[in-house]
Amino acid sequence: MWRFVGLRLLQAIPVILAVITVTFFLVRMAPGGPFDAEKAVIPEVKAALEAQYKLDLPIFQQYTAYLGDLAQGDLGPSFKYPGRSVNELIAAGLPATAELGLYALLVAISIGGLAGVIASLKPNTAQDYLPMSAAMIGICMPSFLLGPLLVLVFGIYLEWLPVSGWGDLPGDKILPALTLGSTYAAYIARLSRAGMLEVMSQDYIRTARAKGLPEWQVITKHALRGGLIPVVAFLGPAFAGLLSGSFVVETIFQIPGLGRFYVQAAFNRDYTMILGTTVFLSTLIVLFNLLSDILAAWMNPRLRTQQGGH
Amino acid sequence: MPLLDVKNLTVTFTTRNGVTTAVDEVSFSVEPGQITAIIGESGSGKSVACYSLLGLIPQPPGCVEGGEATFEGADLLQMNQRELRKIRGRDIAMIFQDPMTCLNPYMKIGAQLIEPLVYHKKISVQQARTRAIELLEEVGIRDPHTTIDNYPHEFSGGMRQRVMIAMALINEPKLLIADEPTTALDVTIQAQILQLMADLQKKRDIGIIFISHDLAVVADIADQIIVMQNGKVVERGGRQAIFEKAQHPYTRKLLAAIPAGSKQADENQNDTLITVNNLCTWFDQGRNMPPVKAVNDVSFNLNKGEVLGLVGESGSGKSTIGRSLLRLVPITSGSVTFDGIDTTQLRGRELKTMRRRMQMIFQDPYASLNPRMSVYDTLAEPLLLHGIESRKTVERGVLKLMDDVGLARNFVRKYPHEFSGGQRQRIAIGRALATRPEFVVADEPVSALDVTIQAQILELMQALGREYGLTMLFVSHDLAVVRHIADRILVLYEGEIVEQGSGDALFNNPQENYTRQLLQSIPGRALLA
Amino acid sequence: MNTTTINDIAAAEQGTSLWKDAWIRLRKNRLAVFGLVVLALFTAIALITPWIAPYGYETQDLNLGASPPSAAHWLGTDIFGRDLMTQIMYGGRISLAVGFVATSVALLIGVTWGAIAGYAGGRVDAVMMRLVDIIYALPFMIFIVLLMVVFGRNLLLLFLAIGAVEWLTMARIMRSQVQALRQQEFVEAAISLGLSPAAIIRRHLIPNALGPVIVYTTLTIPSVMLLEAFLSFLGLGIQPPQTSWGLLISYGAETMEEYPWLLIFPGGALTLTLFALNFLGDGLRDALDVRSSKD
Repeated sequence: MWRFVGLRLLQAIPVILAVITVTFFLVRMAPGGPFDAEKAVIPEVKAALEAQYKLDLPIFQQYTAYLGDLAQGDLGPSFKYPGRSVNELIAAGLPATAELGLYALLVAISIGGLAGVIASLKPNTAQDYLPMSAAMIGICMPSFLLGPLLVLVFGIYLEWLPVSGWGDLPGDKILPALTLGSTYAAYIARLSRAGMLEVMSQDYIRTARAKGLPEWQVITKHALRGGLIPVVAFLGPAFAGLLSGSFVVETIFQIPGLGRFYVQAAFNRDYTMILGTTVFLSTLIVLFNLLSDILAAWMNPRLRTQQGGH
Repeated sequence: MPLLDVKNLTVTFTTRNGVTTAVDEVSFSVEPGQITAIIGESGSGKSVACYSLLGLIPQPPGCVEGGEATFEGADLLQMNQRELRKIRGRDIAMIFQDPMTCLNPYMKIGAQLIEPLVYHKKISVQQARTRAIELLEEVGIRDPHTTIDNYPHEFSGGMRQRVMIAMALINEPKLLIADEPTTALDVTIQAQILQLMADLQKKRDIGIIFISHDLAVVADIADQIIVMQNGKVVERGGRQAIFEKAQHPYTRKLLAAIPAGSKQADENQNDTLITVNNLCTWFDQGRNMPPVKAVNDVSFNLNKGEVLGLVGESGSGKSTIGRSLLRLVPITSGSVTFDGIDTTQLRGRELKTMRRRMQMIFQDPYASLNPRMSVYDTLAEPLLLHGIESRKTVERGVLKLMDDVGLARNFVRKYPHEFSGGQRQRIAIGRALATRPEFVVADEPVSALDVTIQAQILELMQALGREYGLTMLFVSHDLAVVRHIADRILVLYEGEIVEQGSGDALFNNPQENYTRQLLQSIPGRALLA
Repeated sequence: MNTTTINDIAAAEQGTSLWKDAWIRLRKNRLAVFGLVVLALFTAIALITPWIAPYGYETQDLNLGASPPSAAHWLGTDIFGRDLMTQIMYGGRISLAVGFVATSVALLIGVTWGAIAGYAGGRVDAVMMRLVDIIYALPFMIFIVLLMVVFGRNLLLLFLAIGAVEWLTMARIMRSQVQALRQQEFVEAAISLGLSPAAIIRRHLIPNALGPVIVYTTLTIPSVMLLEAFLSFLGLGIQPPQTSWGLLISYGAETMEEYPWLLIFPGGALTLTLFALNFLGDGLRDALDVRSSKD
């Protein structure tokens, strides 16, 4: 198991390095420098600015300098918000995004997992079709459509919940969390149903029934663990999806989070901000992928007890 | 009074193609302290009959239409699931066929073992554990104090089946239903498990229902035998009566299908066709692991027209030898000479010519045919590839092959999934013979088939072998089958030849310990000799 | 010798190939048939939109402004008085084109890559799949946003970028298919018959690997369309004067309080198409009996 963890950790390092490198050079390849848009900038000021942001150095030195800063946890200054560093901006946006992501993940796991398990218990009956139809709707109704629709119905017509904001009004976190979590709830429902159906047809479930165990014990003690491994393995990709989904949801609900900053930075061509945020988010995603892989492997005793590599 | 008395049990299944009666008015009884064997081929309803008693068939599509099953004064078929649960695992326990899949891979065996005890008898986990360790010891698990906390994958197949048996016995049930408990095991392991079951049964004096497709397996242990065919009981009787004076033609057919006797070696087999010298086939396992020596320094000859039997248990390397001869796996060292040509060095066109002369028949007729190709496509491919027939004559060639292997001509446009296992194996044999080979490797060609089909296919192979003048390497785990068909037998153990000789010589006068052990493991020796 | 030809005999018993069998099963699946019909209809409309659209793409009626559905404008008009149905039809062309083209890119790269890795095996396979693993771990959504920012909103680039994300899963599926098939006895049988590798791939591997590829392709199209709509919604995908359903939804969302039809109709078109594709994909999965083959 430790060998597996070690190996996966070692694999994560080149991935993160690749992310940093690709992002850095992509951003530098962008046509037009960051100060080209402001036509009024006089050459001397521009040169001074470029020197300040190390843009006058050869690109490879810029790269190594950036890596050096990164190693110390410094993501550099922002181009568009003079005097503010990317670190500060991320620190300002992260709490809202993290909270939103956490709620959405909870929505996805609890609703999705429950719906999937319930559906799998009586396949091809109403108990299966109902939650699975809902899941299909969740998959076909993307967050950027569901969000506005929810706002329209619950915010504008019914006036039950606030239409935007984050932590300003009571209940203003409900719609964003639902919007962001619904797609992943749908995926998790489908995954857990498929996983449970697969496990419930295994011979060892028949063994458990032959022991005389009541059905709920057969499910909770024997089926759930194997059936939910695919869901755990999906949590990594789901996390990545939630982060990028937060771009949209934060824009719709005007939440001052990282996602909205990122989209704004993209529009403003705030290169250091894009670079910094990409590196930050990517690292987060890679680490989360790693975590969910390790968790899924740990749930499988065959992998966990393996001493050497096979 | 019988322990279990089943009367007129009828079970139906609703499928896409309508309602089929899987179990049709079946009656039987099980006496306490006796082993009752239910024998039948796949689809005979033997398992469904037993599973339906305990409410273990999926409903729907299954449905118990009628009958009664009296167990300790109560009718099992009238009970609801809650009442049945009180009986399952406490009074009636079960063992299943495949020990690799019947234990929960996510739970330690100890936790699985004590479940029935804790659930039914409400005793503490600690007490249950003590009992489980005792029982593991009794069924022959080494170091039960530590191994009780192992996961199933840390045990071999035979050991897992012992764990299953311990789990079934932990509540001291009155009746044990064993569904093909040894079918997935090697023959020597099978003998050990059968012995263990017989011992445990005597000691506890419980009733056992032993479900099997193989009459020979139950020959040594059954007190009473029930023979089922197509959902009906066709014959029942004591063991002696069934084996010595079976009445029903189907039972006689089953008995006749058990391979017996030794093939008499033909005289005129002196020209060597194949010489194998110091063959080694090793498989790499990755950087820091020693290679698996699947075949290690094996040498033997095959004479023209000879059938050479290759016998061994799983992991003995018997299949790998066959595949090495045909260049289906790369060999590590050694040489294979076919009709004076060293086949290990051939490439391109020469290799293709050589492939025409050597063919293979595979074990699993479900996997050995391309599911997307009709019989016609499958048989025409080799005929056209090697120019044996032209585009104009290929249809006739295909039909001729179908005649040879005994397939009705009007099936020519059908696809593999529309055939039974036996029919598929006929197609596969036809494909192998299409190139007019001189040499055929038959890798367990009958072990995936029902016993009566097995006998038909063996007969077909013998007839075709004579007709086509084939030299054959017949690979099998089943000594009786090999003795029946082979002129000479090689016994393999862990990649090496331990003994060789004619069938009679080997059976009557084995030289090596392993051969003796293998012979003693053949089920039903006493009755069938 | 008997002179009966095969066709005389075969007339008695026609076999059912697995493809035919799958088609029969698919036809019985009402949702899948619905999906197929909707998809065919939308594709047909998209192909002939310039000839059947009720109004010109850029025809404005500023006096009319945004108006709800009426006899003249079945789905209403936007704030510039442009006919919404026409907008949705033209937007659908782009959305469907992105879906089909990007999926084709993914299909081409993924199937080739996976087939080669699976067939070659050994070190080649290890290197090729390690690369896939690494790219797989990259946060692609973020990268596509980045690409769009850096290189501007270019339709071709969008095709390529989306295709480049989706090929990874395709490659994994294809590889596991080829690997599983290679160990099948019928492939060994084909080798021992002396068939060339090309013939083995063509006659034995491809026909059997096709099922999962078809299913996954069908399911890739909707996820690609979603990705495009997502980017367009953020303003990072398709840009005016071109339009797509994602872009229409984003405009609709801005004015949904006053003119809800501007959100609901484009949203309905997108959702309906996604439903159709997903139903069809699920139906094909059942009909072709493809088990979940993630890896």
